Parts: sequence; structure tokens; C-alpha cells
Amino acid sequence: MTMTDKTKPIGLYIHIPFCRSKCPYCDFYSFSPREELIDEYTKRVCEELKNTHHTFDTVYFGGGTPSFIGEKRITEILGNVAFTNNAEITVECNPSDTGDKERSFDFSALAQAGVNRISMGLQSSSDSERRALGRRAGKDEVLRAVERAQNAGIDNISLDLMLGIPGQTAESLKGSVDFAVSAGARHISAYILKIEENTFFGRHPEKYSFPSDDETADLYLKTAEALKEKGYIHYEISNFAVPGYESRHNLKYWKLDDYLGTGPAAHSFIGGKRSFYPADIKEYLAGCERICDGEGGGEDEYIMLSLRLREGLDLDKYEERYSKTVNPGFTEKCRLYADRGFGSFDGRIFSLNSRGFLISNTVISELLAELD
Amino acid sequence: MAINKDKIRNFCIIAHIDHGKSTLADRLLEKTNSVALRDMTDQLLDDMDLERERGITIKAHAVTLNYRAKDGEEYLLNLIDTPGHVDFNYEVSRSLAACEGAILIIDATQGVEAQTLANTYLALDHDLEIVPVINKIDLPSADPDRVSKEVEDVIGLDCSEAAKISAKTGENVEEVLEQIVKFIPSPEANDDLPCRALIFDSVYDSYKGVIVYVRVKEGRIKPGDTMRLMATGAEFTVVETGYMRARMPEPRDELTAGEVGYITASIKTVGDARVGDTVTTAANPASQPLPGYRKVNPMVFCGIYPADGADYENLREALEKLQLNDASLSFEPETSGALGFGFRCGFLGLLHLEIIQERLEREYDLDLVTTVPSVVYKINLTDGTQVEIDNPTHYPDPANIASCEEPFTDAHIYTPAEYVGTIMDLCQERRGVFKNMDYITPERVDIHYELPLNEIIYDFFDSLKSRTRGYASFDYEISDYRASKLVKLDVLLNGDIIDALSFIIHSDKAYSKARKIAEKLKDNIPRQMFEIPIQIAIGGKIIARETVKAMRKDVLAKCYGGDITRKKKLLEKQKEGKKRMRHFGTVEVPQEAFMAVLKLDDDG
Repeated sequence: MTMTDKTKPIGLYIHIPFCRSKCPYCDFYSFSPREELIDEYTKRVCEELKNTHHTFDTVYFGGGTPSFIGEKRITEILGNVAFTNNAEITVECNPSDTGDKERSFDFSALAQAGVNRISMGLQSSSDSERRALGRRAGKDEVLRAVERAQNAGIDNISLDLMLGIPGQTAESLKGSVDFAVSAGARHISAYILKIEENTFFGRHPEKYSFPSDDETADLYLKTAEALKEKGYIHYEISNFAVPGYESRHNLKYWKLDDYLGTGPAAHSFIGGKRSFYPADIKEYLAGCERICDGEGGGEDEYIMLSLRLREGLDLDKYEERYSKTVNPGFTEKCRLYADRGFGSFDGRIFSLNSRGFLISNTVISELLAELD
Repeated sequence: MAINKDKIRNFCIIAHIDHGKSTLADRLLEKTNSVALRDMTDQLLDDMDLERERGITIKAHAVTLNYRAKDGEEYLLNLIDTPGHVDFNYEVSRSLAACEGAILIIDATQGVEAQTLANTYLALDHDLEIVPVINKIDLPSADPDRVSKEVEDVIGLDCSEAAKISAKTGENVEEVLEQIVKFIPSPEANDDLPCRALIFDSVYDSYKGVIVYVRVKEGRIKPGDTMRLMATGAEFTVVETGYMRARMPEPRDELTAGEVGYITASIKTVGDARVGDTVTTAANPASQPLPGYRKVNPMVFCGIYPADGADYENLREALEKLQLNDASLSFEPETSGALGFGFRCGFLGLLHLEIIQERLEREYDLDLVTTVPSVVYKINLTDGTQVEIDNPTHYPDPANIASCEEPFTDAHIYTPAEYVGTIMDLCQERRGVFKNMDYITPERVDIHYELPLNEIIYDFFDSLKSRTRGYASFDYEISDYRASKLVKLDVLLNGDIIDALSFIIHSDKAYSKARKIAEKLKDNIPRQMFEIPIQIAIGGKIIARETVKAMRKDVLAKCYGGDITRKKKLLEKQKEGKKRMRHFGTVEVPQEAFMAVLKLDDDG
């Protein structure tokens, strides 16, 4: 594989593993900390970033809940990051930290420090659905938080929606989509709820009535259709954007570009090597090394990730990148999927549409089987 | 050293399954100091894991024990452990033919069961002296007196002296040894006649070749002799003779009339030394073989295919190796449009099939797909000829069939009286012909039915067990072929016939079976990118249908945080899963779907 070009800017992911409380669907590494621990953590992140020789053209504060540590610490961390002039800098915010009437969260300070993109978990505009997901804030608070960010000059707002929430209907979902659009979201992530084993949902599925797979599939297609009407591009399986507002940071994951991740459970991909920090804040604070996760960027990853994107898999690029020719069985399969209405194939570029995205695991695993 | 024939006792232990046959054998070994206590494992003679797990003896075993009796004399006891299942009746009969007596174990909590009787009659057929033993007296629910009376009433055996023992704790086991010496006659033995030795088992050993277990009836045989197998005429030079001991064989200069032991002669396959054959010597051959030899024919057939086509050669090797030790297993190559290359295998019965399948999977680490088992049907064609069909694929065009015949069995079910109703319902459903019913005691009934073999090879025993909470026992033997109305059912997926799922069935059952198969397949075929029609047909006529709906959702919605490896592994796993699927045109069918159709039962 290619050696990393040290001068070429890469992506930076900063994991903030703190939350006020754990949501019933979330299996990311996070917990509720003491103030001193947050300070200690901030210090450790700053030290690591100070010492890295990389420059970054995207920075992403993810979590957990980055807003939970407050704008001052975020600004402090950013002070140690060498980012480019036009860098995309995103902070994930929880509306209950940032939209509350009583609490002040200074978006202007963030904007001053370079933050130009805010991602917020709306999940649903139905407060009962939000409660089912363990979200404390009401939709009004979300709106207030969005407005504060916009007023601070950050117009690139991304809102998360969730599909397959207990009790969700086509109507309630339509309401959520409209709400997100009229709030001025330039980017919308619509995730199908996946019930993970180690979550409250996973342990107590009997307490909820989740929509069936077929119903969820319908919700997904309706969302895609509604957002398309509003002018959003369905550029990735779960992501929609007004043209020009695609997440540059997340695109790095899908296009096999380099990124550095810091914080417990954060993953890195640099110079063809994947690695990650263990999901343990004590080890991270003690200065542990990243755990090697093997080679990345192989053709299987390329196919898997390309097909997550609307632009799809370009066989010319693939063949050039891996110096090989795809076998006829592979293209035959592409043709078959296109014929069945799951995407398009012009002989060289194979891409999935919304229906195809829904069964992309099947498509990808079948195509990968053709490589063997 | 000449053996005093008066001091030899050749005996086997017979019992219904789980009445304690192998446990008593363990105790006899222990009490005669044949095995050091520290080397004792449970069910020592059952040396296959499978035998221990299933609690049944699959192969016959033999062991020679030295016992100093209370009369002060030293005796040579030859214990022959017999297989414990109807599938292996012929092997049992050969083991019995090698003995002068049998210990009949009866469970003091259960009393007389189907195999108790079946085995007793078999032993009586061979003029064996039967020594009844009441076992499991340590259990709280044991009622040895009632059971003794039941044995006297039902079998007519005098139980006044029957040892009441616990093979588990060892209580009173010495008494059994004394009774063996006292009641079982020593062999009638004439060393001067031409050699005739009965083969009651043979096992393959990779160093010595086939080890032939024999009971010498007449004459003598020793290393250097040219032995002749009377059924095949094959001749071998005897390399070694000796006694089977619990821990390792004990070579002897010769085996003479009345003795039980082994012969090795660099024999390559057990097929050359079949159970029931007679060994004689080329120098002084016997004129007649011992009676009772027959080549056992497989009764149940099925196709066995490697799940991964690349394992075809491994499967062949594994089958060849199993056949080295199992002359009743037959196989020949077969090709299926659906399953590719595999083997048509013949078995003595369903248990035999299951055992072979399990050994292939466990000992040879093979993933297998097995087709629905079939019996051998006789089809009379309009041109006056008859064909035997054990594979639905070869079923003739119905237009050319004049009539069909299927094998029937004579079946006995022993049950507590309260289950008579449900058992008769079951037999009726399985097209049974009621013969008669005997109250062996006021509480226990022997129900006699004639049942078609193809109705009992799938799951009859399981149904019987579940309907009677395990209290009924069952025994059968093949009786004759009878005229029958048969049809062949075909399964079509997405319009294509899946040959491996076709089977032959009585026409009265075709519709209900077809519906169940369609439902089972629908439940077991995962949703795919398009709708899959499932149709069940007789000839061109569709008699049942179902649809597997198209898959709608199979997606990893969230793929960021940069952890690509985890997602990749998920897809890898899915890819490997797909490879294990059987592809029929564009339809993927998992192994479980085949298994589900195979295991189709009454409630299915």
C-alpha cells in the first residue's frame, strides 16, 4: 500500500465518551463522569493532539455527548489541533445541553474556535417517541438549540432521525422529516434502529412494540422519498444532504481516506493500517497504545464501502486500484440486481438505489463471494 | 497349555435399552479384576463416544475374564456384549449363536419391555440357558418382587433364584458370577473335528488389518494355518490368535473348540470376514458351514452429500473407512441436480443411518446434506418387468407403472395399558394393520401391528415415545412386500424441481404431507431478493403451494465511528453463510430446510 503523505491533511475523530445517562438503544462507549475526570480526559486528548504531526481537513467530535463537556473544553482541544483553513469541524450536540432555557451553551465560542458544523440528535419530533428513546428534551428544545447554533453563524446543521422507533408510524415519521427540514437542517441522517445486544432495548425487547422489518423498510423508503422531494440527495445508505452539505468527514470513512481517531474505542486508519484504542477510559488515560486491527483498504472494504454511497462502485477505478479484472460472475450479479430494480449498472458503474440500500448486506456479501 | 473345557462359560448379556447391560458388564470386569479400578471408566466396552452418549451398544464386544468361583475352581468367562437395537438384530443373533447362555437383565423399576421379550425369544431360539437378573434394586421405585413375578408370568422363566442386584453400586454382582458358573453349561467341544469357527464380529485395525472375533465351535486354529471363509471362499494366513482381554489382547498358541477369541490374518476389509460367516482351515476344511449366515441387505437408503462440493473425496474416504468396520453399510456414487456429487447409502435402519451420519460429521468433520430416507419399493411395470427403487429420482413414469409393492414389518409395541388408545391411533395413522393385542399383565399390553416400513423409518419411534411419555417400547422385523398405491412427490422452487427433495409416499397421504412440506420450506427458506413460489406436485399436478416473500431489509444502517473491521466481519460471516447455502437456479436453500423436511413429523 501507499505510504502516508505526511503533508496531506487527513480526518480527525475525537471521541467524548461521556453522557448524562445512557440511551436504551446506544451501545457506544460512554458513561456519566465526575468533573475532574472530564478535565483529566481533556488534558490527555490535548496532549496527544499536540504531539501529532498530522494536519486535518475534517475534525469530528463524536460521542457519547461532546456538548456535555462544555464549549470551553472543546475550544481548548481544538486549540491543539492543526487544522486547515477550509476544514470541516463538526461537534455532536445534545439539545438538552444546548437548548435548555436555563443553561447556556456558547455556540459563538465554538464558531470562534473554528466549529462550522453541528450535528444534533432529533430522532423524532414526536415527544412520546423521543421519550421511548430515552431523550429528555422536547422537540421545542431541539428547535431552540438549532436556532442558537444558526444565530452563532453555524448554518451547517445536521439532524439525526431514527426509523423503527417503538410506536412509530408513517404519519409520525412524516412529521419528523418535515420538522427537520423546516428547522433548516442541511444534512439529515436517518438511521434504522438496530437493536444491539448490550442495550436496554436488546435486553428487554418484550417491553416494546417495534415496527416489523417490512414496516421499517416502508418507513425508510418513505423517508427517502420525502427528503428527495425536499431537494436532499440520498448520498449514503443513512445520509441525506442538500447538495454541497455532504459530511466530508464521514465520506473519508466510506472512501478509504486516512483518519486518526482518539479516545477510548476510537478507530484510526492511516497508511493502510487499522487500529483502535481499547474501550476503557482508564487505559486511555494511562497512555496506552493503539491496538493493531490489521490491514485495511482491501478490495472487500472498497466494494463494501463504495456500495454504501449513491455514486456506487466504479469498476474502472476498482480495477485500476487493485490491478485486476473483475470476473464475469461479478458483473452478471450487478446486472441482475439492476434488472430487479435495486440499482443501476451501465457496465462499469454499479450503484444501489433506496430499495437496494435496504438489502445492501445481501448484495455486498453476494458480490464479495464472487471475489473468492 | 490345554484348556479344560468344563471351565469355560460363554455368555452374553441381553436386556431392553437402559436396563443396565453395559453397567453390569463394567462390574463384571471389575469384580474379576480384569481392569484396575483406576482405569475404570463407565461403560468400558462401549468404546465409541457415540455409544456412551446414546447409551446404546452399537458394535458387539467381547472380553475374556478369569474368575475364581466359590467352589475354588478358576473359570474362563467369555462375555459377549451384543448391540442393543432392532437395526442390528442379525448381529445380535450371531452373538447369541456364539454362546451357551445369556444373562437377561430386567430393570426392577420397569419390568418386561419390548426388547426384553424380543431378545429372550431370540436367545431361546438359540437354545441358550437364560439366567434372569433383576437390576437397579438401589432405586427407590424398584419393585423386584413384582418384576420377578412379571418375568415368570410373561416369559415363563423361573425367577426364584434370580439375583437381585444393583449394577450401579455393585451390590450382589458376585451372585451373578456364581450363577454364570452354576447355570450356564460349558461348551460341547471336539477339538478333533475340522475347524468351524463362527464370526460374531470383526473390527478393522490399521496395524493388524481386520481383527475377527470368533467362537470356535469345533476343531482348532492357530497362527500359520491357512484359514478359509466359507461364504466367500477367501483364504488368508493366520497371523495371530488369542483372547480379548479388557485392556489388551492376549496372544495364544491356538484357539480350540469351545473358546472365544480373535484371529488376525492381514485381512483388508471387514467385508471379507462378515458377521455370521464360518472360518475353517484350508488343510482340513469342514464340509458344511455353521448355520445361520446371511448377507444382510440394507433396508433404508438415503443420499449423503457434502455441504461443500470440495469435500466429495473426503466423504468418499470417510465412507470407505467406516465400511472397513461396518460391512452392512453400502454406498455408491450418485449425482443430484440439486446437491451435486454425493453417495447413495444403504443402512440397516434409521438408527444405523443416524449413527453413520453422526460419525461422518464428528469423526471426519464433514458438513453433510442428507436426503429423505427411502425404503426399497418394488415397481411392476406395464411391460411385465419389475424394478426395485430405493431412490425417488429413479421412480418410473407413472404411465409405465402397473402396480407397486412396499415392504411391511411385523411390529410389537409393549406399553402400559393406559396408552393403548393413543398407540392405536398412531399405528392407524401410519397405515398399520391391527393383528392382535395381549395383556401380558393386567397393566401391560403387547400390541401387534403390521406396519409399512416407510411409515416407521422417519420418526415413528419419536412419536411413540412422546405419546407414551417414554413408557412404550417397540420392536419390529421385516415381513413381506405388499401391493400399495404409491406416488412420487416433487418439490418445485421457483418453478424448478429440486430432485433431492422428491420422495415416494402412499397416495392417501400425499395431500397432507405436501401441505406440511410446503409450510416447512416456507419457514426454513430465508427471504431473498425476490418472491419464491414453493410448489408440491405429483407429476404435473400442483397439490400444494406457498410463497416465500421477498426480503425487504438487510442493511447495516450505521457505519461510522470508523470501525470498518467490525462491519467487514459481519459481511464476511454473511458471505460464508451464503456459501453454505445450496443454490438452485437463483434460489438459495439452507441445509436446515432439508433437515426440516426430513424431520417432518405428525405435528410438523
